[in-house]
Amino acid sequence: MPSWPALASQAFNGLALGSLLALVSSGLTIILGTLGVLNFAHGALFAVGAYAAFVMLQYTQSFLLAIAVGCGFMLVLGFLLERLIIRFFYGRPHEDQILVTYGIGIVLVECVRATFGGNAQRVPTPSWGQGATQLGFLIYPTYRLQLIAIIATLLVGLYLVLYRTSMGLVVRAGIENPGMVGILGINLRRTFLLVFAIGVVAVGLAGMLYAPVVAVTPDMGANFMAQSFVVIVLGGLGSFPGAVIGGLIAGEIVSLTSAFNSSYSEVMLYALMALLLVLRPQGLFGSEGRV
Amino acid sequence: MKFDRRQILLGSAGAAAGLMLPASAAWAQTPASIGTFPDGVTADSVFVGLTIPLTGVFSGDGGDLKLGYELAIAQINAGSDAAKTWGLQGKGVLGRQIRYKVSDTEGKPNLDVQSATQFIQRDKAIMVSGSVSSASAIALEELGSREKVLYMVGIAGSNDITGKNCQRYGFRSQQNAYMAAKALAPVVAKALGKNMKTAFLVPDYTYGHTVYDSFAKFSKEQGWQQVAKEVVPLGTTDYSSALLNIANSGADVFVNIAFGADAVASTKQAEQFGVLKRMKLVVPNLSSFQDKELGAEIMQGVYGSCDFWWTLSDRYPLAKGFVDAFVAQNKYHPRWGAHIGYMQTYLWALTVERVKSFNPVEIIKAMEASKDAPYETTIGKVYFRAEDHQMVRPIPILRGKAPAEMKGPEDYYEIVDVAEGESVMNPPDQFGCKLGPYI
Repeated sequence: MPSWPALASQAFNGLALGSLLALVSSGLTIILGTLGVLNFAHGALFAVGAYAAFVMLQYTQSFLLAIAVGCGFMLVLGFLLERLIIRFFYGRPHEDQILVTYGIGIVLVECVRATFGGNAQRVPTPSWGQGATQLGFLIYPTYRLQLIAIIATLLVGLYLVLYRTSMGLVVRAGIENPGMVGILGINLRRTFLLVFAIGVVAVGLAGMLYAPVVAVTPDMGANFMAQSFVVIVLGGLGSFPGAVIGGLIAGEIVSLTSAFNSSYSEVMLYALMALLLVLRPQGLFGSEGRV
Repeated sequence: MKFDRRQILLGSAGAAAGLMLPASAAWAQTPASIGTFPDGVTADSVFVGLTIPLTGVFSGDGGDLKLGYELAIAQINAGSDAAKTWGLQGKGVLGRQIRYKVSDTEGKPNLDVQSATQFIQRDKAIMVSGSVSSASAIALEELGSREKVLYMVGIAGSNDITGKNCQRYGFRSQQNAYMAAKALAPVVAKALGKNMKTAFLVPDYTYGHTVYDSFAKFSKEQGWQQVAKEVVPLGTTDYSSALLNIANSGADVFVNIAFGADAVASTKQAEQFGVLKRMKLVVPNLSSFQDKELGAEIMQGVYGSCDFWWTLSDRYPLAKGFVDAFVAQNKYHPRWGAHIGYMQTYLWALTVERVKSFNPVEIIKAMEASKDAPYETTIGKVYFRAEDHQMVRPIPILRGKAPAEMKGPEDYYEIVDVAEGESVMNPPDQFGCKLGPYI
């Protein structure tokens, strides 16, 4: 049985890990919840975001500037993908959406590999995030502490855009009854374009913020995509608050299991997902038949 | 009159017993046709199938491995001076050009088997080589023995490959986990001190477990005491929860067994958790590009073993030829992967020319007898042990240089020792090796 300080340390780490998972999953759930598209290019877009940070960092030497320019790049990429490919698949079955987004993912990853090779690229921790901070009961990487605050701010911002603005209102109305929204003279196409691009920026931004922590390789997104799906299944497909809570729960499960035996941490995560699918198939915040 | 397979086998066994044939008599027989031989040998070429992870966790090592194979094949096909220095004659192997295909297997054993099966059945591959993961190597050598096609192991360190999963048709040139640990432990104990406390990070597959078993055993013999062992899944991206336990373990030495991109991510995160400030880093097997991907700031002072480091070119003439040719072609210094691909290809070609045949049974027997006729290679004289097909070879022990010590952009390590092969070998039956039949 681990000591109480060890459990408390892992509980805190679960919060940090969970916030990262929440941000990674938010892009997936925004696109799924609003546009009804299962985006299997999610992992690839995560990797593209990390590489965008890597490239911009070479030119700007400033992490914040690299992220700002990287977000611009992801926004443009999101617009292009939606206009050129995704919009033709809104009305198509999920199988078609999965195939096309999976294909986009392969193309993006291979473009990254062709450009940068298969080796891991170095994205150093920003100067303001280096070192570890003593928190009384544990020592924790300063950058990860800052990430919790940054991610919390970003998630609140996303929530406000989606739930407290007129654009968000149109989006949610568009999902429920697109015909009626169209009759009211609202241009849904433009709104959907923007929503898809926001989802792409969110996952790309997660890749950028996570780049100093993980090995930046073309395939880095695969594992995150799998975990994102677990998170949104836990929270409820397409539910933004569900992705946040699901991420935090997933983080705590992984971390607290590690206090006992780290080899079971991922098993426990998938076991919980399976249990939830049996007891509450729509997830914690989902509603039946929503997506 | 029809016989089923069981009746034939029983009949054969009975006949052999009746005639009291000694085992060596059966051993000496070489069938005229077996596996893809002679169908896979045309008048002017043979085909070699390469199963390499070019994507996934091991893609860095895999890319390097591929370039090593390609360099060796190009040199052999051209009948270059390098090939002559190795002892080959003319262009190609026995006058046949080597044709090859590379299959990206993502480091997944099922894809390795699928690709190798295609190479064997469709292309009549006379030899298969590749793998970065030990799990892949085990699957491939089993396939090779089933199909009676020679498999030259790529990067793979698990003891099981030449232990309980050893196969008659598989040969490994890389050191196993036992050899690496036995060579490394005394060197690090001398450098870092006796009576140290250790924390292990162990990837959860055959490689991780056997490397852990071996290094734990030999470090214990040096007076080191284990205080933490964190087992994590292969391909983990965030090691924070495991590293938190390691950081709080009170260990003096962090033994990181993760390999490939996993090694990069876990070491990077260990540095962020302050683990590398409080503990010395030991990596039993250093991945091909761990140095470059993490940088000398993090890798300075690390101790580890390696299949090959390019400054061995100061010691061995063939290594110099290899490093120079590789740098000229690829604009970087070859790593572990490239060396294995290069050496395994040459060892196979040399053996084919020794026996003057592509018949796998004859090649296997010649490799098994190589103790009496060792190969001159990029790491000096080496041979395959007949009992388990593990190469007896020297093992370089490396120490990461500080940035100020580096004389060039890729001068990441100092070779602090080269352990002599015979002195670090495990007894051949220690890991339960029972090689299968030739035929």
